[in-house]
Amino acid sequence: MSDVISTTTPIGAPPAMGDAEPGGVGGERTASLWADARRQLIRNPLFVVSSLFILLVTSMAVVPFLWTSKNPLACTVSGGLSRNPPSAEHWFGTSILGCDYYAQAIYGARNSMLISVIAAVGVVLLGGLVGLLAGYFGGAVDSVLSRVVDIFLGLPFLLGAIVFLVILDRREWWSLAAVLIALAWTVIARIMRGSVIASKNLDYVQAARALGASWLRLMFRHILPNAVAPVVVYATILLGAFVSAEATLTFLGVGLQVPSVSWGVMIDQHDGYYHEDPWLLLFPVALVVGTVLSFIVIGDALRDALDPRLR
Amino acid sequence: MGRYLVRRLLQFIPTVLGAMFVLHYLTAVAIQLTGNPVRAIFGDRMPPPSVLANLTDRLGLGDPCLEQPFNPCISLFFHRLELIFLHFDFGTDFNQRPVLDIVASALPLTVRLTIIAFVFELVVGIIAGVLAGLRNGSFWDYLVKISTVLLIAVPVFVLGAVVRDFVNVSFGNWLRGMDGVPELISRGVFAPTWTPEYQWASLVIPGLVLGALSLATIARLSRTSLLENMRADYVRTARAKGLTARRVVGVHTLRNSLIPVVTFLGTDLGALMGGAVITEGVFSIPGIGRQVVAAIFTGETTVVLGIVTILVLVYLVASLIVDLLYAVLDPRIRYE
Repeated sequence: MSDVISTTTPIGAPPAMGDAEPGGVGGERTASLWADARRQLIRNPLFVVSSLFILLVTSMAVVPFLWTSKNPLACTVSGGLSRNPPSAEHWFGTSILGCDYYAQAIYGARNSMLISVIAAVGVVLLGGLVGLLAGYFGGAVDSVLSRVVDIFLGLPFLLGAIVFLVILDRREWWSLAAVLIALAWTVIARIMRGSVIASKNLDYVQAARALGASWLRLMFRHILPNAVAPVVVYATILLGAFVSAEATLTFLGVGLQVPSVSWGVMIDQHDGYYHEDPWLLLFPVALVVGTVLSFIVIGDALRDALDPRLR
Repeated sequence: MGRYLVRRLLQFIPTVLGAMFVLHYLTAVAIQLTGNPVRAIFGDRMPPPSVLANLTDRLGLGDPCLEQPFNPCISLFFHRLELIFLHFDFGTDFNQRPVLDIVASALPLTVRLTIIAFVFELVVGIIAGVLAGLRNGSFWDYLVKISTVLLIAVPVFVLGAVVRDFVNVSFGNWLRGMDGVPELISRGVFAPTWTPEYQWASLVIPGLVLGALSLATIARLSRTSLLENMRADYVRTARAKGLTARRVVGVHTLRNSLIPVVTFLGTDLGALMGGAVITEGVFSIPGIGRQVVAAIFTGETTVVLGIVTILVLVYLVASLIVDLLYAVLDPRIRYE
């Protein structure tokens, strides 16, 4: 990790917490870690394609009405509209309840992406703060916080999520996001703690301390910007994992419920039919897999670009 | 070493108690918000209040704090701890079946499933990762990279359902229709669900599905870790000394590269046992995952507490073993 730190210009770098996009810290001239990374990333075709796909899915989530003029909840089973194969009128066919499957897939992006983005931001904020405090102060603070991390890390993820979610009888996107945050912040806390410990005794931090910088300034202006890279990488991969988690929890019966529209709900609703009507599974699963895949590829590319040892 | 072990074992106590308290609190809040789960036993018949009260009391849910929303029920928690740790009484489910009995019948299945998944991901994952790492940029490398990312991206329940329907049902039916295929293969390995006659064979494919996700992670981890270490100074020294390529890779590089893999394997053991929920559901295996999920939905707190506590212990022991393995793999690490 020491290589990462020695190539960066820490002073004046804004804390890039929760910011998955590599901001060009310090600009091109100084050739900071992030500027180098950006230059390498835009030359990586896999990274560019994945980012474009994520952009596409994000636009579905933000402005679905630009993608389709149909209402995903205007459903009718009269006239044999249940489980129709794809046609010119219904591009993705119709669902079991006679809803336009294409409109559902587009509008479904919103819940899936919203859960994943909010959960990832929450995880980075909560886990990052805990890791920062535990790593910076060490001693008793570290012992207590590490035990709390252990408790939540020891709880099996899915079982914990089910126990949390069964309490609620009406589950919206925010309840899923909250549960994902409650169970997934621990790994970020561990990563953050490790990289804070690695960087807190480096020369430039000692120099800032000798100049009389307060602990808040040391923590947020000097240590954090240089410890945040592994967290950003992991958070990107988590974004994908959360999209998948939404589908999984919905499939287990503790996720979103109809009339909410999400990719998980679409898969769950047609669980028993895909042998006869495979497209009912194919479209939502393809969207989930594509999104997860893109986030993993972006995370991988980020890690390669941010780790000088791999260059 | 001894002192380190004792310190780590002592750290288990607050972690296990903390996890139990989180579960206790969540299940208590569930009861406080949704009402007494014992009522559900009677279905649509209305039991006399005295019968209901008696049964509720016998099932350990008679504490009045369970009617006050968000009350943490501290006294009930200590009562439960006392029963579990001093009297080894884990309670019963709503059918008066002891929790230990449920665990004894369900745990072997989950353990078998986990062993199959673990061996599969360990052997195939490391081999695939090492081969890809050694031939960086080759066809094999791209094959491993692409297939592992795809495996990670497909949700486990989709993978499980697709494998079940196309491999176990469609291909299995074709096998079962053929002559001369041994029963062990056609009705054991390719059985669509778990079958009691083939205790191990019918768990093979579910085990492979369960291990697939971690296999991909292990292959990727060992690949990157090997790539990083191949450039290390000590590898160059070993080469310069004239050691054979096999010794350089097999002894010098691999041993150091396996540290992150071992870390992952340790945390994964707990995740496999807890994550078997989905695989057990898809393949109808009555393992502990399914028992817990059923218990969560019916509000059988004792079952949830008992089984999840076991899972937390498995996770803790596995991560302790990992930490001890570090010292074996990397001689620079010593535990005082």
